[in-house]
Amino acid sequence: MIGLIGKKAGMTQVFDASGKLIPVTVIEFAPNVVVAKKTAEKDGYDAIVVGVGEMKKSRTTKPYAGQFAEGIAPAKLLREMRDFEKECAVGDKLGVSTLEGLRFVDVTAVSKGKGFQGVMKRWGFGGGRNTHGSKFHREPGSTGQSTYPHKTFKNVKLPGRMGGERVTVQNLKVVRVDAENACILVRGAVPGPRDCTVLVRGAVKKTK
Amino acid sequence: MNLIQKIQAPQIKSDITAFNVGDTVRVHFKIIEGKTERVQAYEGLCIAMKNGGLHKTFTVRKNSYGVGVERVFPMNSPRIEKIEVVRLGKVRRAKLYYIRTKIGKKAKIKEYIPVSSKAAAPAEQPKA
Repeated sequence: MIGLIGKKAGMTQVFDASGKLIPVTVIEFAPNVVVAKKTAEKDGYDAIVVGVGEMKKSRTTKPYAGQFAEGIAPAKLLREMRDFEKECAVGDKLGVSTLEGLRFVDVTAVSKGKGFQGVMKRWGFGGGRNTHGSKFHREPGSTGQSTYPHKTFKNVKLPGRMGGERVTVQNLKVVRVDAENACILVRGAVPGPRDCTVLVRGAVKKTK
Repeated sequence: MNLIQKIQAPQIKSDITAFNVGDTVRVHFKIIEGKTERVQAYEGLCIAMKNGGLHKTFTVRKNSYGVGVERVFPMNSPRIEKIEVVRLGKVRRAKLYYIRTKIGKKAKIKEYIPVSSKAAAPAEQPKA
């Protein structure tokens, strides 16, 4: 799997070759430094560990700094990429060119927090009518039966905290890989607010 | 200039013919039919412009065999070959949506006749 840690820059539109206007999300990439490699013999699986953002040496704890080989600055954010398909060595800086050749990607990020929401917004309940004497507007309604089972089952859809969870959007088309600006443009929306960290990986389901 | 603006900048056309709401314009629009490409002219009254940088659009309304037709064109679309200003209009509004409900003489826009000194360049003259 090919993947990189990026940052959501925002959305815009671009004209494609036939003159159609396409909505795109711009994801920019700081150099992803290969911090370590995990091998099947030693760790039980193959992966690379990439880091972005330099951290001051004075801000690190000894256990954290111990992960980094000599000559590699401690990174602020670390992520593992399982079964990385491209050749790379510890210390390499992976740029946006790593994603060249991918047609579809999966993008993972933490979605925008929506706070405490009711069932209509959170679960898409229909709600009741507003007029004609109705006193049932946005309530959840019944949550179970009476004598038997005499309890509300677990996982019944109720109001609560919404958003702020890890979300993956699959099969987003790569519209352009822009090496000059170190960014890619993917068609459609990506979870999370602007400037949030996103994980861009080659699509699992749509590989061609 | 932030990254989004950097991506938008090369797509914004600099050589757009200047025209205003109220003008009658002829838009030469490329139409792709399978593999062949041809240019179709669409003439009508510009009734609105919506600004938005790259996403700027204008609406052209015409009467086609008794049926009102409106088309919204993205100003920066590469499919717009050229825009001709056929007739200048004298209007006091930025959006001429009221014209949708008018028929006959009330749906007409007065022609703008520029002051003689500016008459030489009708397409560029500023209007109130």
